[in-house]
Amino acid sequence: MSTTMGLVLATIVLGAGTFAFRLAGPLLRERVELSPRVEKLLGVAAVVLLAALVGTTALLDEQEFVGFARPAGVAVGGILAWKKAPFFVVVLAAAGTAAGLRVLGVN
Amino acid sequence: MRSIRRTLDRSLARDIALVCVADAFVGASFGAIAVSAGLPLWLPMLLSVVVFAGAAQFMFVGIVASGGNPVAAVVAGLLLNARHLPFGFTIGDVLGRGWLRRIVGTHLMIDESVAFALAQREGERRRAAYWACGIGLFICWNLGVAVGAFAGTAISDTDALGLDAAFPAVLLALILPSLRDPAARRAALLGVAVALVTAPFLPAGLPLLLALVGVLVAGLGRDDQATRREPEPAS
Repeated sequence: MSTTMGLVLATIVLGAGTFAFRLAGPLLRERVELSPRVEKLLGVAAVVLLAALVGTTALLDEQEFVGFARPAGVAVGGILAWKKAPFFVVVLAAAGTAAGLRVLGVN
Repeated sequence: MRSIRRTLDRSLARDIALVCVADAFVGASFGAIAVSAGLPLWLPMLLSVVVFAGAAQFMFVGIVASGGNPVAAVVAGLLLNARHLPFGFTIGDVLGRGWLRRIVGTHLMIDESVAFALAQREGERRRAAYWACGIGLFICWNLGVAVGAFAGTAISDTDALGLDAAFPAVLLALILPSLRDPAARRAALLGVAVALVTAPFLPAGLPLLLALVGVLVAGLGRDDQATRREPEPAS
């Protein structure tokens, strides 16, 4: 296994790189004049990224299908959210569905 | 901080608190998994403070614990975190003025705080949601990780609680209002399809960035208030 120094260094490099990614957006944004149209597309871009994150984390574990319990939970949560159920109902129903299915042996 | 308190209504504060509690459990499992894999106690805690991005932290620990090269772990983590660049480009306005605010606010940029900010219509509420979620999660995540690291394997299986389904459900609930816009919906559908099709073949993180091609569809679509001065943002 890696040395202590190596692990500390790796953590700091990952932290600094991540911070740089986080910082670049707000800095770039100040330097360019954004038309309303581009502004709108940027909003869409963030939604697309989050949607892709929902899709991949709901269905995949690493690179393989995660099984049925998790996507079923997310689907129940999604339907409830679409029906404008309160947020906490959505989240608890998603977790509860996945947990319940696992108790029943569905994975 | 007082202005954040004033702007947050009770239901928004409750929603954020719920996400914080759920993430504390995930943090505890992260700490427990890292330590029980034989990594030193301080590593999950240092990662959580310095990196503060759940998926990248799990990836890093997974690679290092299985004997992988720390350089590979850093590269994998950075690839996964590259999505923060377009995030920051979109919600950079919520950070506010002053260098201290900017630095702290930048570090608090995570999926949940971005999603909560995006889900608010009005500027002041966006800012309050972003900061409340960012600060709350930073505290809960780090506390959870520390507890998990010390408590060991007692709380390593958050799947039994269904918390793995909670994270995507949280994000889905927060982006649904934005998806009522047809252009955004088309873009998101294409983006999700691209990410899912490419995910089995590419390292994690890259499929998310490829999903941004979906934005092109929204850009090509009809736009009633088109000013048409500038080309597409190249993400």
